[in-house]
Amino acid sequence: MSTTGTTEAAAPAPVRQRRRLDRRWAGLALLLAAAVYAPFQLVPFHVFQLTMVLVYAVALLGLNLLVGHAGQISLGHGAFFAVGAYASAVLLDRWDLPYPLTLPVAAAVAFLLGLALGVPAMRLRGLYLALVTLAIAIFLVPLLKRFEELTGGSMGLTLAKPQPPAWSGLAEDQWLYFLTLAVAVAAFLLAASLLRSRVGRALHAVRDNEIAAEVMGVRLSFYKTLAFAWSAMYAGAAGCVYTWVIGFVSPDSFTVNLSITMLAGLVVGGLGSLAGPVLGALFVMFVPSIAQDVNDAAPGVIFGLLIIVVMYVAPTGLAGLAGRLTRKIPRKE
Amino acid sequence: MAGFLQQVVEGLGAGAVYASLALALVLIYQFTGIVNFAQGELAMFSTYIAWQCVAAGMPFWLALVVTLAVSFAGGMLIERVVIRPVEGAPELTIVIVTVGLFIFVNAAAGWIWTFLIKDFPNPFPGGALEAAGVSVNWSTLGVLGVVGLVMGLLYLLFQHTRIGLGMRAVAADPASARLVGIRVGRTLALGWGLAATVGAVSGVLVAPLLFLEPNMMGGVLIYAFAAATLGGFDSPAGAVAGGLIVGVAETLAGAYVGFVGSDLKVGVPLVIILGVLLLRPQGLFGRAAVERA
Repeated sequence: MSTTGTTEAAAPAPVRQRRRLDRRWAGLALLLAAAVYAPFQLVPFHVFQLTMVLVYAVALLGLNLLVGHAGQISLGHGAFFAVGAYASAVLLDRWDLPYPLTLPVAAAVAFLLGLALGVPAMRLRGLYLALVTLAIAIFLVPLLKRFEELTGGSMGLTLAKPQPPAWSGLAEDQWLYFLTLAVAVAAFLLAASLLRSRVGRALHAVRDNEIAAEVMGVRLSFYKTLAFAWSAMYAGAAGCVYTWVIGFVSPDSFTVNLSITMLAGLVVGGLGSLAGPVLGALFVMFVPSIAQDVNDAAPGVIFGLLIIVVMYVAPTGLAGLAGRLTRKIPRKE
Repeated sequence: MAGFLQQVVEGLGAGAVYASLALALVLIYQFTGIVNFAQGELAMFSTYIAWQCVAAGMPFWLALVVTLAVSFAGGMLIERVVIRPVEGAPELTIVIVTVGLFIFVNAAAGWIWTFLIKDFPNPFPGGALEAAGVSVNWSTLGVLGVVGLVMGLLYLLFQHTRIGLGMRAVAADPASARLVGIRVGRTLALGWGLAATVGAVSGVLVAPLLFLEPNMMGGVLIYAFAAATLGGFDSPAGAVAGGLIVGVAETLAGAYVGFVGSDLKVGVPLVIILGVLLLRPQGLFGRAAVERA
């Protein structure tokens, strides 16, 4: 480590950057290997928990595109999650579609809805956008209950879970885990390449200074609307996978609390980084179940306090803290 | 016709509650440019304090005075401790902090007083006033009266006192206000205290109608947002007018539009917010902000 440290300092900047990237990819490959290995070592309940972490991670990746990268706020992303979940559930329930086909449809429905709502919403400044998205999240629950013949009303819909094909030799929970993992990896790669492209730079420009971005020729409303639609699409895809994994949807699973929890998890995990959504998803999944042993209200108290504290002392969240630590270590050697 | 008038009266009663919470939102927005997502939860917390006082054997009106005093102090404290560090930060940061406050206060109330529903005493007599075929509950009249009183007191405070003059100056231009010797920081804290007090009034008014529980104000908040948007976020009188309009619109839509019914009424504030923002973003009584790039 110390020898590479000295050569690194001497190397020209592009080389240094490439090495850092190489190391980053190696880390990701290691993480992926661990993720593939994990379900063979854990009991089914823990496999299920990890599956749910991945589901939330996909949703938070999308929310991060909007909040962390484009600097727009949404208090209603649970609504798009619900739309994806219900789109998938209704397709499975009504038309007996093969479940892999429900993913593109659910993502497309959420995307279009995000686009339709994004066009008026993005004419609004941050605060009004928060209001509108919050109102949407609140309105969705009674709406789902109203269209009973399609959505099953308050009773919800119960569905058969995708069964593992015989050749795989996997148990049901493991198969669901790998399906979710595949979706999560695809979502991650898509977001990573999106952010490295012209679009990612445009989003960052919009976030950092709207006026400057506009002067440089970034079409504000176009990119804001697109970010909104994309993040809705991610939430919809996550919702679809949620339906596969749980095999049950009901309006009360998608209250405004889900939206607020998603935002809370993302803030704590880290806005504007790729690791943030994953850390946030771990947080959303495990902290409430641990804290609930103390008191029913404990998860809320912890979430609320942490959000405020994170915004004060570490606006980049857990991911930012972790990044700061790992960067510090080689320097100290 | 009597049936229609009856609906309007009930709408006004509901609207008065929305108006009082909207008033609290607008007060904070005027001074700090912040929309406080935790306003409803602060009001709920205040209501619990009132409930606790009554449960300890205090007469209702004394409990109310204690609650208002505690809320005022609490609002100032929150401004000093929670909001001050992010003052001038991007809107996104501030919204997230107030959402964090929302979650925290909601859970804290659940922790202290549990999530079970509590009965809250109604300060107004039961029964109704009959006039022209319309019966008006005394409690509806009481709510309207209290909101009118709060409006009047705020008007007196802003227009006829030295403190109010300072507050208006800070709302208009904090930098200039500071230059003429107004303690801007103290005034902002005062604004938050005042908003928390007005919010506490709305919590105490709504508690006998709904039930007292930690999620009580969640439903009211969105109506209050619609009211403030409709009236204009920088206009206290607009907030009250907006609240009454939203209340009446909601009740009428629930009663006469078959598709809406009682369950989809919560769509009304969404439609109002979207409609206002698209057609007249500054609201009915607000001033359009002129931005210099």
